[in-house]
Amino acid sequence: MFVDTHGSGFGPAPPEILRVEDLRIAFALHHVLGSARHNEVVKGASFRIPAGRTVALVGESGSGKSVISQAIMGLLPRVGAVTGGRILFHDPAKPKACVDLAALMRDGPEFRALRGGRIGMIFQEPMSSLSPVHTVGDQIEEALQLHQPVARAEARAKTEAMLRLVGFRDPQGGYDKYAFELSGGLRQRAMLAMALICRPALLIADEPTTALDVTIQAQVLKLMKDLQREIGMAILLITHDLGVVANMADEVVVIYHGEIMEAGTVEDIFRRPAHPYLKALLKATPRFDMDEGERLVSLRESGSMPMARKPERISDTRANVPAMLISAQSLRKVYHARRGGWLGRGKAIGIPAVDDVSLEIKRGECLGLVGESGCGKTTLSKIMMRAVTPDQGAITYCDGSEKTDVLALKGQPLRQFRRRMQLIFQDPVGSLSPRMTVLSLLREPLDIHGEAAGKQRVKDLMRAVGLDPRFLNRYPHSFSGGQRQRIGIARALALDPDIIVCDEPVSALDVSVQAQILNLLKDLQRDRGLTYLFISHNLAVVGYMADRIAVMARGRIVETAPRHELFRGPAHPYTKRLLNAVPFADLDHRLDFSSVTLASASDPSLWPPAFRDDGNRASLKDIDLGGGHYVLARENADARDLRP
Amino acid sequence: MLLSYIVRRLLIMIPTLIVSSMLIFAVMELPPGNYFDTYVAEAQASGEQAELGRVEFMKKEYGFDKGPIGRYWFWVSGLLHGDFGYSFEYQMPARDVVGDRLFLTMLVSFVTVIFTWVIAFPIGIYSATHQYSWADYGLTFLGLLGIAVPHFLLALIFMYVANVWFGTSVGGLMDPKYLNAPMSWDKVRSILQHLWIPVLVIGAGGTGSLIRRLRANLLDELQKQYVVTARAKGLHPFRALVKYPLRMSLNFFVSDIGDILPSIVSGAELTAIVLSLQTVGPLLVHALRSQDMYLAGSILMFLSFLSMLGVLVSDIALAALDPRIRFQGGSTK
Repeated sequence: MFVDTHGSGFGPAPPEILRVEDLRIAFALHHVLGSARHNEVVKGASFRIPAGRTVALVGESGSGKSVISQAIMGLLPRVGAVTGGRILFHDPAKPKACVDLAALMRDGPEFRALRGGRIGMIFQEPMSSLSPVHTVGDQIEEALQLHQPVARAEARAKTEAMLRLVGFRDPQGGYDKYAFELSGGLRQRAMLAMALICRPALLIADEPTTALDVTIQAQVLKLMKDLQREIGMAILLITHDLGVVANMADEVVVIYHGEIMEAGTVEDIFRRPAHPYLKALLKATPRFDMDEGERLVSLRESGSMPMARKPERISDTRANVPAMLISAQSLRKVYHARRGGWLGRGKAIGIPAVDDVSLEIKRGECLGLVGESGCGKTTLSKIMMRAVTPDQGAITYCDGSEKTDVLALKGQPLRQFRRRMQLIFQDPVGSLSPRMTVLSLLREPLDIHGEAAGKQRVKDLMRAVGLDPRFLNRYPHSFSGGQRQRIGIARALALDPDIIVCDEPVSALDVSVQAQILNLLKDLQRDRGLTYLFISHNLAVVGYMADRIAVMARGRIVETAPRHELFRGPAHPYTKRLLNAVPFADLDHRLDFSSVTLASASDPSLWPPAFRDDGNRASLKDIDLGGGHYVLARENADARDLRP
Repeated sequence: MLLSYIVRRLLIMIPTLIVSSMLIFAVMELPPGNYFDTYVAEAQASGEQAELGRVEFMKKEYGFDKGPIGRYWFWVSGLLHGDFGYSFEYQMPARDVVGDRLFLTMLVSFVTVIFTWVIAFPIGIYSATHQYSWADYGLTFLGLLGIAVPHFLLALIFMYVANVWFGTSVGGLMDPKYLNAPMSWDKVRSILQHLWIPVLVIGAGGTGSLIRRLRANLLDELQKQYVVTARAKGLHPFRALVKYPLRMSLNFFVSDIGDILPSIVSGAELTAIVLSLQTVGPLLVHALRSQDMYLAGSILMFLSFLSMLGVLVSDIALAALDPRIRFQGGSTK
C-alpha cells in the first residue's frame, strides 16, 4: 500500500502531489446478476500534479476526464472499477509516505480520511450538489467535524471564518441559509468552503464554472486562485472550456477517448499545439475576433448534406432591403412572488421580468440577445411567441404585405401565426418526449396544424439537419446530445416558419458538437431565409451567430449594436463588464483578475450616473450612437460619456 | 406563523366537515326505505307482532316523520352536542355501541402502522442500496406477494394453518371470556396474544407497497449529486445514506401519514369480519346493511375527521422536515 517515493523518479521542486500511472478504468455494461461485459473508458492514462500548481484536464464529455477524477476520489459508480495502473498520492503533510489510491478500499477508513480531508472536490452544479434540506453551515461543518473534530462552538466559528474567506458578506447569516436561498455564485462559494475547510493538499474542480454566468464565473475563478495562494493547494481543473484553461492552468493535459493526447505547460499547449485533436479543439471554439464569414471548424464533420430547397424564398428575401419582420414596443411583464416565513402569506412583491423593452427584428437577420441568467431574456422571447402575455406593450408582425397585431390575435388567426414562429430549446434531453419516435416527434407539429405529414416530407427534414432518415423509427434515447438537438431543430423547421427563437441552443453541448450545431443553424438560415432570435449567455457564441446583438440587464435592453461594433466599442458599463469577464483561449488576452469584484455586474448603483435611472424609469432613453448602435442612458447625458 | 397556519387549517376543516356530513347523509338516504320499514317487514314476515306503537314513537323521536333535510339537521345538531345518535339495531346510543371497539380499532391500526414501518424501512433501504442483487429480487417478490394476496385470503390461510397444524383458533382480538369484561391485566395479555395475526395480515399489503415506494424513492435520491458531495467529504456511506437521501425520501412517506389511518380502518373490514375482530369495521358494514343510519353515519363522520386530522399532521410534519416547503410554499410564478 505504501510505496517508496524514491524509486519513482521524481523531478526537482515543486514535488509531485499526485501521480497517475497507466491508469485503466472499465465499466461493466450488463451487470444483471453478475454476468458482465466491460467497456474500458480510460486506457492507460498517465499524468502528474505538482504541489501548489493548477493542472487542467481537458476533453469532451465522454472522454473519461470526470471518471479519472472519480477514481482519484474513490467515488467511481458501482459499475466502474480501476482495472490497472496506480494513483500515487503524496501528501505534503506526511513527507515520507506515498499512498496508492487505486489500491485502497474505496470506503475504508484510510480512504475516507483522505477524501474531504486531504483531497477536496467541487462539482458543476452547485444547486444539486448541496442538500436542499440542510443548511449550508451544517454541510460545511460536517466536513470539518469528520476530519478535525472540534467543539460545536469552535466548529461554527471556523465554518463562519471559512464562509468569510470564500466571500460571504454575512457569514453568520450565511451559515443558517439553505442552498435554494443563495444565488448560483454563492452556492459554488459554499461548495468551495466545504471542500477547503480542512485545508486539503489537492482540490479537484469538475467543471466548476460551467453552470455559472460569465461574470460569476470570473469571480469564482478569481476566488479559486486566491484560495490556492492562501491554502497552498494544488488544483486539478476538469473542464472543456479552453478559455478557462488559458486563464487558470499552469499545466494542461488533453484527453480524448480515454487516452492522453498531449500534456505540457500551458505555454507549450497553446502556443505550439502538436496534436491534431487539440488544434481542432482550438479551431472549434468561437472567438470574438473572427472574420465575417469565417466558419468554425467542427471536430468531426457530421455529413450534413447541404440543402437546396426553397430557392425562391432566398431570392425574395434577399432581393429587397431587409424589412422589419417582428417588432415589440414597450413590453412589460411583472411577476408576483410572495416572500414570507413559515408557510405564511408574506408580502406580495412585483418583480419586473421585462421592463419597457422595445426591439425589432428584420427579415433574414439574426438578432442575438445576451444577458445573465434571470435578466428576463427567456421571458421576453416567450412574450414574442405569445406564450406569455405581457402586462403592457404591443407586438407587430409583418409578413411583407400586411401588419398583424400579435397580442390581439385569437382563435384561427393565432393558430396561423404560431406556425410562423418556432422554438429551439436549450435542453436536448428534456425537450424531446422519450416515448415518441423521431417520426412522431417530427410529425406532431404537422398534425397539429392539419397538414399532410407524408413520410417524404419528414425524411426531407431529417436530411436537412444532417440526420439519416433511416433513424426515423428510433426513440430519442438512442441519439447523442448533438443529434437530439438536430431533431429539435428539425421539429422547429417542420412548419416552415419565418422566425425561430433559439433559446440557448448550444449551452448544453460540448465545444466540438457546439460548432456543428452553430454551423448547421447558419446554413439553414442561409438556405431557407430564416430569421433568428438567438438567446445565449455566451458572448462568443452570440458573436459568431448574430448580425446585431441586444444586451439585457434587469429586464431592460441596455445596449443594441451590430456585433463588431459591440465588441469593438461597448458603451454601457454592463456590456463592458460582461465582455471583460469572458475568458479567452488566448494567453495574450488573459482575464484581469484584479479588476474582478464581488459586486454584481447588473447592479445599477455601480454604473456611472449617466446610466442610472435613480427611481425614474422614464429618465432613460435609447441614445443613438450612430451606425445602429443604441445605448440606454439619460437623455441629457454627454455623448462623450457614452462613447467608449 | 406556525400557529396562525394551524388555526387557518383548522378553520378550513369546518366547511370540509360540513360538506362531508352532507355527502355521508345523502349516501345514507339513497337506498329506499329505512330501518323501521325493514324491521316491521321482517317482523311481519316471520309472523311476529311488531311493536307498532314503539316503532311510531321511535320514528317521531328520531326525526323520521320529517323530510330528509329535517333528519339531516336532527343528526348534525346532535353531532354538535357530542350526541352521535341512536343505534336502532342495538337499541342503545351509537357512542356506547362503538365504545370499546374504537379503542381496539385504534390499537390494531397503530400496531399495524408501527409493524409496517419497522419491517418496510430496513428492507426498502436494503433493496435500494443493493439494487438487482438476489436479495433485492427476493425481497421484492415477497413485497409484491404481500400486495397481491387479498387480506381476507391471507387471514383465511392463517386461520386454516393455525387450526389444522396447531389446533388453536386465532379469531377475535381476545379470548371470548373477556369480551365484555372490564379492562384487566389478563384481558390485556389476551389482547396482545391475539393481536399479532390481524397485524400481520392487515400489515402485509401496506408493508409491500411501502417497500416498493421507499425503494423507488431512495433509488432516485441515490443518483443525486449531493450524495456524491457527502461521500466526497469522507462521510461513511451508511451515514451519508441516512443523513441525505433517506431524509429526502421521507417526504413521500410523511405526506402519506394522512392516508394511513382511514385506509387501514376501511381496508381491513373484510379481514376483520373473517377474523371476527372486535373493531369498528364489521360494525360499520353491518350498520350499512341494516340501514342503521345514525350509527353508520357517525362512524363515517369520525373516519373523515380522522383523515382530515391526519392530513393536517402530515402537512405540518412535511413543512418541519423540508425547508423548501417552509420558505417557498407561498411563492407563485
